[in-house]
Amino acid sequence: MSVTRRQFIQIGAAGAGAAAVGSGLATRWWGLDRDPTPDPRTDGDAVVPTYCELCFWGCGVLAHVKDGRVTKVTGNPAHPLSRGMLCPRGAGATGLLYDPDRLRQPLLRVSDRGEDRFEPVSWDAALNRVAEGLERVKQRHGTEALALFTHGSGGVWFKQLMKAWGSSNIGAPSYAQCRGPREAAFQVTFGTPLGSPEPLDLANARCITLIGSHLGENMHNTQVQELAEAVGKGAQLVVVDPRFSVAASKARYWLPIKPGTDIALLLAWIHVLLEERLYDADYLAQHANGLEELKAHVATATPEWAGPITGLAPALIRDSARLIGAARPASLVHPGRHTVWYGDDTQRERAMSILVALLGNWGRRGGYVLQQKYPLAGYPHGGPPPPATRPKVDKPKGGLYPLASEVLASGLCDATRPGQALYDLKAWLVYGCNLVQAMPDRPRLLEAIQALELLVAVDVLPSEICGFADVVLPEATYLERDDDVWNGPWRRPFIAARQAAVPPMYDTKPGWWIVKELAAKVGLADHFPWKDAQDFVKARLAVKGESWETLKLTGVLLGAEAPTCEEEGADLSFETESGKIELFSKDLEEAGFDPLPVYRPQEEGPPGSFRLLSGRAPLHTFGRTVNNRLLAEPYPENEVWLNADAARALPGLGGRALANGEKVVLVNQDGVRSNPVRVKLTQRIRGDCVYLVHGWGQTARRQRYAFGRGASDAHLTTRVKIDPIMGGTGMNGNFVRVERAPEVA
Amino acid sequence: MTKRYAMAVDTRRCVGCNACVIACKTENALPEGGFRDWVVQEVHGTFPDLSMQIRSERCNHCADTPCVAACPTGASHVGEGGVVLVNRSKCTGCKACMASCPYGARYVTPQGFVDKCTFCLHRVERGKGPACVETCPTRSLTFGDLADPASPVAQLVARRSHAVLQPEAGTRPHVFFLT
Amino acid sequence: MTELDVARHSHLVDPQLHVWGWEIPAYLFLGGMAAGVMVLASRLLDRPGERSRALRWLPFAAPLLVSAGMAALFLDLEHKLFVWRFYLAFRWTSPMSWGAWILLLVYPVSLLVALTALDDEQAGWLADQSGPLGRAVRAARGWALPRAFALRRANVAVGIGLGLYTGILLSTLGARALWSSALLGPLFLVSGLSTGAALLLLFPLEAEERHLLARWDLLAIGAELVLLLLFLVGLASGGAAAHAAAGLLLGGRFGAAFWGLVVVAGLAVPALLELLEARRLLRPTAVAPALVLAGGLALRWIVVTAGQL
Ligand SMILES: Nc1nc2c(c(=O)[nH]1)N[C@H]1C(S)=C(S)[C@@H](COP(=O)(O)OP(=O)(O)OC[C@H]3O[C@@H](n4cnc5c(=O)[nH]c(N)nc54)[C@H](O)[C@@H]3O)O[C@H]1N2
Ligand SMILES: Nc1nc2c(c(=O)[nH]1)N[C@H]1C(S)=C(S)[C@@H](COP(=O)(O)OP(=O)(O)OC[C@H]3O[C@@H](n4cnc5c(=O)[nH]c(N)nc54)[C@H](O)[C@@H]3O)O[C@H]1N2
Ligand code: SF4
Ligand code: SF4
Ligand code: SF4
Ligand code: SF4
Ligand code: SF4
Ligand SMILES: [Mo]
Repeated sequence: MSVTRRQFIQIGAAGAGAAAVGSGLATRWWGLDRDPTPDPRTDGDAVVPTYCELCFWGCGVLAHVKDGRVTKVTGNPAHPLSRGMLCPRGAGATGLLYDPDRLRQPLLRVSDRGEDRFEPVSWDAALNRVAEGLERVKQRHGTEALALFTHGSGGVWFKQLMKAWGSSNIGAPSYAQCRGPREAAFQVTFGTPLGSPEPLDLANARCITLIGSHLGENMHNTQVQELAEAVGKGAQLVVVDPRFSVAASKARYWLPIKPGTDIALLLAWIHVLLEERLYDADYLAQHANGLEELKAHVATATPEWAGPITGLAPALIRDSARLIGAARPASLVHPGRHTVWYGDDTQRERAMSILVALLGNWGRRGGYVLQQKYPLAGYPHGGPPPPATRPKVDKPKGGLYPLASEVLASGLCDATRPGQALYDLKAWLVYGCNLVQAMPDRPRLLEAIQALELLVAVDVLPSEICGFADVVLPEATYLERDDDVWNGPWRRPFIAARQAAVPPMYDTKPGWWIVKELAAKVGLADHFPWKDAQDFVKARLAVKGESWETLKLTGVLLGAEAPTCEEEGADLSFETESGKIELFSKDLEEAGFDPLPVYRPQEEGPPGSFRLLSGRAPLHTFGRTVNNRLLAEPYPENEVWLNADAARALPGLGGRALANGEKVVLVNQDGVRSNPVRVKLTQRIRGDCVYLVHGWGQTARRQRYAFGRGASDAHLTTRVKIDPIMGGTGMNGNFVRVERAPEVA
Repeated sequence: MTKRYAMAVDTRRCVGCNACVIACKTENALPEGGFRDWVVQEVHGTFPDLSMQIRSERCNHCADTPCVAACPTGASHVGEGGVVLVNRSKCTGCKACMASCPYGARYVTPQGFVDKCTFCLHRVERGKGPACVETCPTRSLTFGDLADPASPVAQLVARRSHAVLQPEAGTRPHVFFLT
Repeated sequence: MTELDVARHSHLVDPQLHVWGWEIPAYLFLGGMAAGVMVLASRLLDRPGERSRALRWLPFAAPLLVSAGMAALFLDLEHKLFVWRFYLAFRWTSPMSWGAWILLLVYPVSLLVALTALDDEQAGWLADQSGPLGRAVRAARGWALPRAFALRRANVAVGIGLGLYTGILLSTLGARALWSSALLGPLFLVSGLSTGAALLLLFPLEAEERHLLARWDLLAIGAELVLLLLFLVGLASGGAAAHAAAGLLLGGRFGAAFWGLVVVAGLAVPALLELLEARRLLRPTAVAPALVLAGGLALRWIVVTAGQL
């Protein structure tokens, strides 16, 4: 047919129209033109309350489960430690659960220790291998030759195993590598160690003084929450830190102190408080011993004396002291937590505890308050009595460290090197500790490890310590397992449930199962009469007629409120010899230590070197989250902080100044070289020290993301300043040179 | 009274921990590399006279939206309460909106459409707060209806000194940084 | 001293702030050239009397160039399957939207003009080549011939629209200091005209046609120089951001490319050559046009890239 011009136009027009209408209608039909609220649908079909294990604080969480996957982990509003809010690590728990590099089945070592070559085996084979090893050690060296390193909730089961097996050599890096000096000092002064979570009423403090402790980077959730609450209420901060920490950026006074000179500052502060009668005289008269000795002791410790030592202006010392004194009694000097710095740490903590006493802050609102544990019965149906055992062996021959109140993990390592202690340790169970990063002086640690007849690691990731193990036992992550209840002390006592949100992935098992199976294989089955963790918990609850059903529903059982401070009607008592606060300590005197803290200078590093300091990044927990893809995204690797002006003065850079973000290598005084690590040139740190976030520079090949990222402060910590009072391993006595990293072709 | 959603970010409380960032990633199942919020630390001065402002930033849900204006398909649009949204089923990935956003608040997902902060409208509609707001351990983030003078966010903006990002861009942001 | 630290290491966000790669500059360049061809070819065709064989075919360059440009644009889309979404909405605030629709206008108008430009024998040949479409071609040409003049006017109008649009697309994206100038539209238009002229000059035209084009090109180049100057002055006298942007072109990372490729090679030199050619002091060569084309592409590449820094 032939088309006329007119037809053509008509066709054209019609076609166009149809197209327009059609497309319009079409989109109607497909509903594509409505703008629905975007909904990612991550709310769980089931929401399981449990508590977090991304660090050791134990916040209550809600695990959202959808189609058998944990979509997200949020805070449990009913839980006193999280109050519905989480730190980034807790919120990033799924990054651990779904870490592609997780341990998937038990592993047996097939080459030399440390070569990190393994073959996967069945649980039965793995546990048989462990059982044989244990029996052999028992025959040759006795049950006590077995040591347990444990850090984390599942440790309960392994402690039970140790008890039944007959060894009291149970330690954690969280004492002699962490809280130890603080615990010893407060024990001496107030008669009780502080423990964890610390009994601090930060929220109601009007002035908060931080010595190091870098809350805000240190993300112990509840403390950060309360710090912000206090700031919100107008509390003033005094922050003593060589580094312009996050907390320092919020402080009324930042004291950029020369590392290692805090005792001088603290004595000067005490001097000012006493001189200007800013202390709580009545409180001291009623509760404390040794004020006169103290006055005499600090008579000459003026700010003018401390100024040159600490590198701080005397005026700054005096003004900050006045601010601190003016805010009493709600003037809270934070005791810190990771306090093993210089070997004189118990004495520094003593000075801090004395300050706490002078301010009348102990037992007062906005200060050190009283906490209780929820009165939960132990497991009722005890099995056969555990065998008597030789004393634990974490102290060297000749019994040093008289005031150590917990087992020294470092001591256990030393007792493994032949002939160091009363008897040698020959086998290690390592639960949830990456000793390779946690322990200073790695060569010494490896020496101990090589002397072992058996090393069993229980972990969730192929972490560094696993690389040295004979047998690696893959535990299910906290989201996949039941455990004993959390039962720490708190202002209002409570317990929290640990329950699996999803079944274990791969061939992993919960700690309780591993222990029960292993116990059976070494003939200790009747020490473990319970069926599983839940059965165990139910039995404990049943004793006082409490029901698991209520606990599992909310994840928390709250105990009775009790007065936590004088203002609430609590009366103060102190479990010291004298029953009073001991400003002057006879115990220390008798043990041959300074009864009152004395400042002694730390030795300086070689010229051109920087003191190596370490700390935390809010997104990570030591090295255990470095492989967590979720948490690594905003913080993929650590950087070495170096003062920008000091960097300009660096020698040996071939004329070309360091650029921010450029890779450098740190070389310590013993010639140990770090991985190449990015340098952060900043004004936020003194010119005499550098700073690394702890946990990077991982040597575990199977953690594919973490491997080789950043630099390890632990690796560079070859000099250790042991605290003679409690055996803490001071880690801030190492010095590094900064070299430009060799260009990689 | 029509709603006007807004957020106040208390830079005095914020410690820059990134919990808001991680919570957003899991709540909204963001792809690897995708961020709807992020943390900025701004340091001024020389040692030892330093000051630092820490900000948790996200889309400002501007009242004057170059991103929406630039969008050829209507994918970028202003939703309930002035919340700026992207309808991914209309998005061609032409990136005109990104080119026009002064704040870098948008990104292209691996599937090819543009994504950005939604103020967690899906949660707000269920009477919950945005994920970042609810998890923030320092309670730095306050979300609410600015049009309601009684709302916490309105109160904060009324009482506290505050600033918005790049006011000169003329976008009239509705995320306020309390100082 | 200020330290800025953004905790966002994202290949999806931050590299993307550099939103547009080579595709958009290419698209703007081709679009501009098409605009030039539409306008100039129409004007040439307006002339009575003999037309060179080349000129009869050249109007087809416009739709071809536009198609190439659209291909580039399409390549840049991250969500290609949804390209049709452009045509389910007209958003008057969005130059992208304007562009999408203008491009649709370009085809019918420029094609019809092209058909009218052919003589009957050429048209017949084309129709025969067009197979099944042959009839449509004949019909369309039949319809267009009596309206040739009006169509050419339309062609000029659409051409100008297209040329302006290529600049406005950027200038409405206020976020980027370098782009937020109302002069970008006119600038890209005249640049489009001169690249269009340059393209035509590459073909064997009648001396007279050549002469006219060269003149128009000179005008365009002159206008372009003035607009560039105003554009830079505007930036330099603007806020800090605008200042920095100007710096990028005048001295900074793009200084060399801008002065060398755009100003000297792309404008000054060809202008000179064309002057000499016009004075019959120089035999016309492909050199001047080639330089103009290179300069035009460089201009768009530099403005698009520098604008995203
Ligand atoms: N995000 C996150 N939070 C954590 C952890 C984690 O891994 N990740 N770990 C938790 C655990 S177990 C612990 S023990 C705590 C540790 O956290 P903290 O108890 O706060 O540890 P510190 O070693 O006191 O903090 C290191 C800070 O002390 C400063 N510093 C270094 N040397 C000196 C000095 O000589 N004098 C003074 N005044 N300051 C100095 C450093 O610059 C740094 O800012 O963090 C807990 N919270
Ligand atoms: N140089 C240096 N050394 C330090 C510190 C420092 O700042 N610098 N900090 C010290 C301090 S404060 C402490 S508290 C210690 C901490 O040292 P550790 O107690 O060793 O803690 P992590 O380093 O986190 O190691 C935890 C290990 O447990 C594994 N893990 C994680 N979750 C689970 C689980 O659910 N089950 C099991 N079975 N394993 C799990 C992880 O993969 C990792 O291998 O380190 C101390 N050592
Ligand atoms: S502080 Fe963070 S990581 Fe630690 S338990 Fe609480 S939420 Fe988990
Ligand atoms: S969670 Fe809160 S404190 Fe942490 S970075 Fe975000 S806003 Fe700041
Ligand atoms: S911040 Fe950017 S994306 Fe958000 S509304 Fe403003 S311009 Fe649009
Ligand atoms: S990328 Fe999507 S949302 Fe952005 S302008 Fe283009 S179509 Fe609109
Ligand atoms: S409001 Fe929702 S989407 Fe926006 S940043 Fe917060 S969590 Fe992400
Ligand atoms: Mo610790």
